[in-house]
Amino acid sequence: MSNKKELSYLESVHRDGRIWGIILCCAILIFPIIVCLIFGVFPKWQPLAQGLLATLPMYWAVGFIEIFTYVPMLGAGGTYLSFVTGNISNLKLPCAVDAMERAGVKASSEEGEIISTISIAVSSIVTTIIIIIGVIFLIPLSPILDSEILKPAFENILPALFGGLAVVFISKNVKLSIAPIVLMLSLFIGIDALTKNEVGIMVPVGVVFTLVVARIMYKKGWLDK
Amino acid sequence: MDFSVNSWILFVLIGILISAVLGQSIYFLVRALKRAKVIGIKTETIKSTIISSAVFTIAPAIAVLVGVVALSKTLGIALPWLRLSIIGSLSYETIASSNTIQALGLDKGSTISNAADYVTVLWVMTLSIALGLILVPFLTKKIQGGMTKMGLKDKKWSEIFNNAMFLGMISAFLGYVFSDVKSAFNGEYEGLIPVFVMLASAVIMAICGLLATKLKMRWLTDYALPISLISGMGIAIPVTSWLG
Repeated sequence: MSNKKELSYLESVHRDGRIWGIILCCAILIFPIIVCLIFGVFPKWQPLAQGLLATLPMYWAVGFIEIFTYVPMLGAGGTYLSFVTGNISNLKLPCAVDAMERAGVKASSEEGEIISTISIAVSSIVTTIIIIIGVIFLIPLSPILDSEILKPAFENILPALFGGLAVVFISKNVKLSIAPIVLMLSLFIGIDALTKNEVGIMVPVGVVFTLVVARIMYKKGWLDK
Repeated sequence: MDFSVNSWILFVLIGILISAVLGQSIYFLVRALKRAKVIGIKTETIKSTIISSAVFTIAPAIAVLVGVVALSKTLGIALPWLRLSIIGSLSYETIASSNTIQALGLDKGSTISNAADYVTVLWVMTLSIALGLILVPFLTKKIQGGMTKMGLKDKKWSEIFNNAMFLGMISAFLGYVFSDVKSAFNGEYEGLIPVFVMLASAVIMAICGLLATKLKMRWLTDYALPISLISGMGIAIPVTSWLG
């Protein structure tokens, strides 16, 4: 019975998520067309092609892999929201992961689905409101936001975020943590070409590698407590 | 219509678009809250999820706002407001806009004054990140279906699978933190700053965890991540003036 209920809720999340997703996708893609019409201009074709060539292939490749990486972690509702509102790895996903961890629910359960959706929806609403307030008061706020004193704080948001998150997850999965951490430290320290900008590509690499290691350890019984 | 990067019409259109995005979040929030009641998730759990998610979001959202300020010098306020409120991230938007500005032969420090240049940048920023937006409505159900099947087949493996995914992501970001440490061998210690920030944040998180369990300060667990995040960001300031 509960299984049937779970499926029906999830089904409706998928249905609504698709409708919202398609509408918002169309709205976001139509926006540049409307701007062109309003100002009566076309884009400059050669710089457009150059800009797209320099940017699109990498972000489409990463985007494709990201869908398969993030959907199982975010849940259905969380995915439909996150892939519209963005800032997934640096905000939405850590927020949802922390919320599920504190609530003691798994991402694959219905409770996890609900907690993840609530946490990502709240995070999206708060972010949007903060940006709106910031845009309204941009002129008086600019000297503070742009200040040299605060610059290091904003530049180090990811280390500050993942330091805290790592403690929670590594302490609960010590055996499973060793191999991916050793791999990622070796790659990032050892390969000069691998800079901070490549972290988006390395997330799926880390995820796939950890899954393979986890499967082997699970099959051999090394993860039994 | 005369063009300006801060034209009122851009603010109106973007305001409508962002309202729709906000509407989606509110819709899913209300639905999830209703469902939580039906399946009996405790009100206390829901409240703590809402409050801690909101508190946690403040610092990263202000960092996004810093991105709006940075991009506004070239693109005006309207476009960065849109781009940083929807899919993408500061690093993506910066790379996409600077690639196009370079292709247009414009100066990176000055504001765009020509509508054709502006829409060229707008198109690149919109299209280069659009794949997720386009595919998610069609792929999410299939991917989740696979996860549900796996969970029904082997519950224990399903739990390990989830933990492994989180750890894979976290390990990539730990690697990112250490990416510049080698420069320390050449006497440049800037690369150590993120390492110290991460360690400080980790220690503070561990202290919060200990206080929460040993002294039974349960409320602290709700704020442990925002506390470690903001403390880590705060510690970055003296560490940077020391090593930078």
